[in-house]
Amino acid sequence: MWSELGPLWLTLRLALVTTVILLVIGTPLAWWLAQTRSRAKPFVEAVTALPLVLPPTVLGFYLLILLNPQAPIGQFWVSLTGETLTFSFSGLVVASIIYSLPFMVQPLQSQFEALGAEPMEAAASLRARPMDAFFNVALPQSARGLLTACVLTFAHTVGEFGVVLMVGGNIAGETTVISIAIYEHVEALRYDEAHWLSAWLIGLSFITLFCVYAFNRRDRVHVG
Amino acid sequence: MSDRALSLDIEAPFGALTLRLAERLPLAGTLAVFGPSGAGKTSLLRLIAGLERPARGTIRFGDTVWADEQTFVPAHKRGVGYMFQTARLFSHLSVRGNLRFAEKRAPGPGQYTVADLVDAFDLRLLLDRDPATLSGGERQRVALARTLASQPDLLLLDEPLSALDEARKRDILPFLEDLPARFGVPTLIVTHDIDEVARLADSMLVLNDGAVSARGDVETVVNGHGLEPMTGRYETSTLLTTRVSHHDPRLSATYVDLGGARLSLPLAEKLAIGADLRIRIRARDVAIATARPEGLSIQNMLAGTVSQIEDDGAGAVRADIRLESGDLLSARITRAAVEALELTPGLSVFALIKSVSFDGRFA
Repeated sequence: MWSELGPLWLTLRLALVTTVILLVIGTPLAWWLAQTRSRAKPFVEAVTALPLVLPPTVLGFYLLILLNPQAPIGQFWVSLTGETLTFSFSGLVVASIIYSLPFMVQPLQSQFEALGAEPMEAAASLRARPMDAFFNVALPQSARGLLTACVLTFAHTVGEFGVVLMVGGNIAGETTVISIAIYEHVEALRYDEAHWLSAWLIGLSFITLFCVYAFNRRDRVHVG
Repeated sequence: MSDRALSLDIEAPFGALTLRLAERLPLAGTLAVFGPSGAGKTSLLRLIAGLERPARGTIRFGDTVWADEQTFVPAHKRGVGYMFQTARLFSHLSVRGNLRFAEKRAPGPGQYTVADLVDAFDLRLLLDRDPATLSGGERQRVALARTLASQPDLLLLDEPLSALDEARKRDILPFLEDLPARFGVPTLIVTHDIDEVARLADSMLVLNDGAVSARGDVETVVNGHGLEPMTGRYETSTLLTTRVSHHDPRLSATYVDLGGARLSLPLAEKLAIGADLRIRIRARDVAIATARPEGLSIQNMLAGTVSQIEDDGAGAVRADIRLESGDLLSARITRAAVEALELTPGLSVFALIKSVSFDGRFA
């Protein structure tokens, strides 16, 4: 039975990698969106929000076209790593990043907007350079927003189905994430296996969310 | 130090208001920026701090250009300490963490340490507290200490007392009064309280509608009626520098000396004998007699001669009286009284002062 948990670990690994990469990409993007007066802002916001409204199949379809080894991006990746982006774990990561982007950027953007200019101005008046102020004032004061964004991104990636199916297919140990494995078990009427994986997913999700809410209830954490 | 100055020659629109000024502000002592709300006081501080950029013009600090057509020195490189109207303490840090944040970024050891600041602002017991649990007055004290901990070359205080009630103001005013002498940082303070100006500032700049309407040392501006456009004639008052002569606890009075004449004030025993005390006398609290009156409850009576009589066109008259001390005292009386007493310039009179205000919060 324990060997059957492979898809669960693969899914958690995918969600973790996706969340970390999105944290690195999404934080500066959200900061820029919260600060900018550029006319490009609504354009960038609309593009960022697209994965929210598009059916996963549309996203999966275009990703398949973009990432396949004949397309420039896919070709570049093959020349770089020797692997294809389609039907591989790397491809799943790329797809998940795009698919989960709004779940990282939107909570962070509203957190940064709520923070306002005041703490940054105060930091600047105390001789803190902008990067210094960002890392030592803006980010710590946005801890809750960061946590919310990471949990949403992680959870959303765990729950992914359509996009991974189209981009990754169903290769055991490489692209068979938990949602696909469950689907496969159910299709084959292997209900015991389906229950086993589903129950694990429910349990882990609940524990994660419970920890987050418990943390959020507690009073602010103090440093220094 | 006295030849160093903050020079501004700028034009900066802020919504409906456009700030236009050309001033050279000496970097010494305390300058009060006074004016009605919406006059551009905060905008002026933000321009100086580098939080806003002027549309046109130059800002120069000593020999350093802070802003002109080509240059803009950002806020974090100006070394301007800015104490905002609300404390803006960092909520993720303790009081100690807030002070350390500033200390770490200070250019180097200055004339005072954070430990000195903790003593000066009485913060020892607050160091481990979360800013959210502090009272308004405590917060402002921490904010002031934090600003000074960054060793600023210029200190900007934006209505540091406006968010506080009277009791809290009383807590923090003595700290503000000590600033220039104790820490030697030239200071600009925005306020709309004349008693605060009188007590804290050496000179003042009056801002009205984005332009400077009066500037000079505090007594000259106040006594020259430079504030009337804002405060209204009803609030016209005279500031006089007196010397504390002695206290009389039995009569509950403190006596001060003004060019040989003596005035009595409510007892304020904390005032040191021989110290200068700036008092404020509202023109509406001054009555005039042409002969020394007898049997009067008013104790404060100063002899002088009428120097000028100005009718405000609304039935009230401002009479300026040249006192024996050489100071000019304004009285606000009725036109009928001027006629009945046949007041004319040159006439010897007695000014009867119904009440004297001085900033007792310091006493």
